[in-house]
Amino acid sequence: MTGRIEARFAALRAAKRGGLVTFVTAGDPDHETCKRLIRGLPEAGADLIELGMPFTDPMADGPAIQASSQRALRAGASMRRTLDIVRDFRGHDRETPIILMGYYNPIYIYGVEAFLRDAVAAGVDGLIIVDLPPEEDGELCRPALAAGISWIRLATPTTDDRRLPAVLSNTSGFVYYVSIMGTTGTKSVPEAEVRQAVARLHRHTKLSIVVGFGVKTPDDARAVTAAADAAAVGSAIVSRIAAKLDANGKPAPGLVEDVLGFVRALADGAHGA
Amino acid sequence: MAQPNSYRAGPDEGGHFGIFGGRFVAETLMPLILEVERAYGEARRDPSFQAELDELLTFYAGRPSPLYFARRLTGHFGGAKIYFKRDELNHTGSHKINNCLGQILLARRMGKKRIIAETGAGQHGVAVATVCALFDLPCVVYMGATDVARQRPNVFRMSLLGAEVRPVTSGRSTLKDAMNEALRDWVANVEDTFYIIGTAAGPHPYPAMVRNFQSVIGNEVREQMTAAEGRIPDTLVACIGGGSNAIGLFHPFLDDASVRMFGVEAAGKGIATGEHAASITGGRPGVLHGNRTFLLQNEDGQITEAHSISAGLDYPGIGPEHSWLHDRKRVQYVSATDQEALAAFQLCSRMEGIIPALEPAHALAYVAKIAGDLPRDHLICMNLCGRGDKDIFTVADALGMKI
Repeated sequence: MTGRIEARFAALRAAKRGGLVTFVTAGDPDHETCKRLIRGLPEAGADLIELGMPFTDPMADGPAIQASSQRALRAGASMRRTLDIVRDFRGHDRETPIILMGYYNPIYIYGVEAFLRDAVAAGVDGLIIVDLPPEEDGELCRPALAAGISWIRLATPTTDDRRLPAVLSNTSGFVYYVSIMGTTGTKSVPEAEVRQAVARLHRHTKLSIVVGFGVKTPDDARAVTAAADAAAVGSAIVSRIAAKLDANGKPAPGLVEDVLGFVRALADGAHGA
Repeated sequence: MAQPNSYRAGPDEGGHFGIFGGRFVAETLMPLILEVERAYGEARRDPSFQAELDELLTFYAGRPSPLYFARRLTGHFGGAKIYFKRDELNHTGSHKINNCLGQILLARRMGKKRIIAETGAGQHGVAVATVCALFDLPCVVYMGATDVARQRPNVFRMSLLGAEVRPVTSGRSTLKDAMNEALRDWVANVEDTFYIIGTAAGPHPYPAMVRNFQSVIGNEVREQMTAAEGRIPDTLVACIGGGSNAIGLFHPFLDDASVRMFGVEAAGKGIATGEHAASITGGRPGVLHGNRTFLLQNEDGQITEAHSISAGLDYPGIGPEHSWLHDRKRVQYVSATDQEALAAFQLCSRMEGIIPALEPAHALAYVAKIAGDLPRDHLICMNLCGRGDKDIFTVADALGMKI
């Protein structure tokens, strides 16, 4: 079965252009605004959508995404509502892949079986679960693959050639290369190292490679897609949301349009325009 | 488990105690976690490692700590004989030094150049800062801003020892948030940095490693009680935050069927109020900070804040081996409130001339509940795992006194 993720990367390759993967946290800054934002992403140039599942203790995330997670939780985000956002999006767009990204505990508490059933029904294409390394594949990875959901893993600068086969086993959809050692959004993407890393990954896998964790500007995105299949941007986008909140934390008029405008600029960079 | 008849065989090679434990960490950390596991395994097989640790425990930390018969409290409660394992007399004032000496030797063996740690009450932070001073390694201690405010003496101690204390303002600014921040630091500095985790929690191999370093407590108690009374204790009592002092006391006795064990969690303002830190009594299994264990959380899997007058117990989780011992019903997990701990704190000060930390004051509060009803030849050993100097401001505040 060729899924939406594979189809999207095939289309990008056919068009000979790099892709843009956008991250926003589900329910940030509130449920309805988030729905509008997500719906607008494909038209603004996002090729794949990562939707963060809010968690109180996002240990691999820097300050920007920590703050977005807290905003979403304060505004009443929950796993049920995250899946509702996906369902709503799927009602408008049947082609853009949606990948849920986050930490294991909210899924564990929802119940793995119930979660996979509801995620498939809502139209989720893939999962990136930061705190489930290959050593814990029995928890969710293998059940997700059996349910037809792609399991996308993070490869990092510390993932050496000895460990890479373990990281690439049971991986599908694409490989997410974390370009920096550190939490999300805290450093800038080092171009030359990324080029080398992508070449190394390609020696081990035919999967598409997305690079993220330090991609902040259209120029960063352009530099990344010169080497990789797509660039992922998260912290810079959620910071844009934060900048458009009023003193009470409510979205100021024009927030969605402003964020989508930024995504458009990132897409121009990633697409090599 | 390899030996189903033993409670001391865990964890399995994946770091599991039954369903608890494991290695739930980001990929960036996995190679390092595996490296720590390998290096620790080698160190355990190397007699020179244990010899160096033993020497430091003896001449630097001051071990063995005494086993003290608390005569007046025994008389006061009128039942079982109460012994205190005096781990508050260790250098730095708590049991934390046992583990820090072990881990710093491992960090040196691994060639690490920088040490990070999290701390709640500051006892672990002080112990880490101490061993870093001893071995001339730079040290960063993450501490929740709330705890920085309520544990000022320890913050000052750490800076005197040359450590940098970084206040953490995310979440509710307590121990859980400090641990998140330490993990973020580690991810960013994985090549040169060793993370000295202070409790028997976190990803494998930390729970087993910290337990092994702390087991010196229980091993000494076995010898000392046998010397004093001609037999091993009947009941062990220890307070539980993450649970390192408790597992260190309990573990050597787990296969002694006659020994009853009580882990005392912090009930804060009372379990029913929801404002407590009792992960087993009031939580359920989940995944946080690298392991599956009992956690305080809501119905959506979001971690809730712990509440305790004791900064050292103010953590929404517990070491995974305790979760398993609870499941297997080998150890009973009970709780004591802020008020009960405060009463025990004052009682111990006045009757024994020992100002305990608020953490073991919780253990003593439970001893107070059971001792009177036990026969006079019943032997209780309670781990007096820390001294109370650091808590005098908190206690004065709670009692409405100015100092």
